[in-house]
Amino acid sequence: MAARDTRARSSDFLRLVLLICLSVIVMLADRRTEYLDNARSILAVFITPLQFIASTPDRLGTWIQEAFTSEESLNQAYTRVRGENMKLRARLQRMQALEAENASLRRLLAAAEKVPDQVLMAELVDVSLDPYTHKLIVNRGVTDGIYLGQPVLDPEGVMGQVTETMPFTSAVTLITDPSHATPVQVERNGLRAITFGTGTADKLKVSYLTHNADIKIGDVLVTSGMGGRFPAGYPVAEVMEIVRDASEAFLRISAKPVARLERSKHILLVWQGIQKDFSEEDFGEGE
Amino acid sequence: MSSSRWLIVVLTFVVAFVLNLIPLPGWVLPYRPDWVVLVLIYWCLAIPDRFGTGAGWFVGLLVDVNNANLLGLHALAMAALGYVTSRLHLRIRMFPWWQQSLSVLLLLFFYKGLVGWMRSLLGELQFDWMYWMSSIIGVLIWPWLFIVLRDVRRYARIT
Repeated sequence: MAARDTRARSSDFLRLVLLICLSVIVMLADRRTEYLDNARSILAVFITPLQFIASTPDRLGTWIQEAFTSEESLNQAYTRVRGENMKLRARLQRMQALEAENASLRRLLAAAEKVPDQVLMAELVDVSLDPYTHKLIVNRGVTDGIYLGQPVLDPEGVMGQVTETMPFTSAVTLITDPSHATPVQVERNGLRAITFGTGTADKLKVSYLTHNADIKIGDVLVTSGMGGRFPAGYPVAEVMEIVRDASEAFLRISAKPVARLERSKHILLVWQGIQKDFSEEDFGEGE
Repeated sequence: MSSSRWLIVVLTFVVAFVLNLIPLPGWVLPYRPDWVVLVLIYWCLAIPDRFGTGAGWFVGLLVDVNNANLLGLHALAMAALGYVTSRLHLRIRMFPWWQQSLSVLLLLFFYKGLVGWMRSLLGELQFDWMYWMSSIIGVLIWPWLFIVLRDVRRYARIT
């Protein structure tokens, strides 16, 4: 009996060692290669339904709210949205003229023509992940053509990028995640910099700017398009604080993201300048 | 153990995962107990010869997919937790409730510490004392969770 017990224990320990080795291999493989994306998709079959169950209260709330909205308030909302639409269309007319002018100027300069970005609307799956990860789950996945590294925006600015894709959902890492860096430039003068996430929801840090850099509180940082991941020109953050410490090589700058990272329920997934044939209702033209 | 009884075990994990995911306001989140880990500890204590290292590893893999982080991170920590818990099950089961809670707290700290250490190696995490808060709330919930799961186990006659 005792001998059997010892044998069972040592086999149990052996199993633990094997599984730990396997975990390390899996971690390395997941970090360095893309072989495990399929495994993740298969396991997501178990997890995705649970995420949808967990977000039911939220969806139910929205549904009830929609079902009991009075005609009057709907009419009000409709009028407001129509007014907004009119204004935006008026602005778009000017935009189109500018775009055409820009394209012809670029042709004159023999520069590559800019193709307008395509966007797809998506909704958050309202679940709370680990509080120490700055990630969101979105209700679009591989079946909608979402790809790794795809930029994610909300109506105000850049939110982050897609870091995991699963069949029907994908995970978005926010720009505030400590592991996320965003190449930006100051809108006012084109000064290039990089913002890093800090792990707090409303703070980014701007690194590697020397003491003589021309940057002020209130400057808007927009994506620079460097690195090719984010399309150029989308607002990222606003400079909140600049600390000039002579003992440090660089300025200590903190900025506040302009996207409403905590509150946006609807987000936009961007295809950079790729023309894709998708159904009309899902798409609008971005930029 | 028949497959219908396994189904009960799976169901407890389904409930635990959903409880982990339920949307909460941001400031509550650090206090949220990790239900999946608590349920894992329970089953490792209750049926240690069928539920331990291997099962912990698989549950951990699902947690990794759920949190959309590096695949294998929680799997490693949960395999280790499953191993330690099932090794100590005889001792922990004999303890009076407060000693049991204390050992569960140590198990939770062990698990959180392992996960936190790996994640800080990856640069995903800066430790603060709030990080340990969920373990403390978890251990406050443990005695009640234990009773509920014990009733479930007796009702389903899982031995």
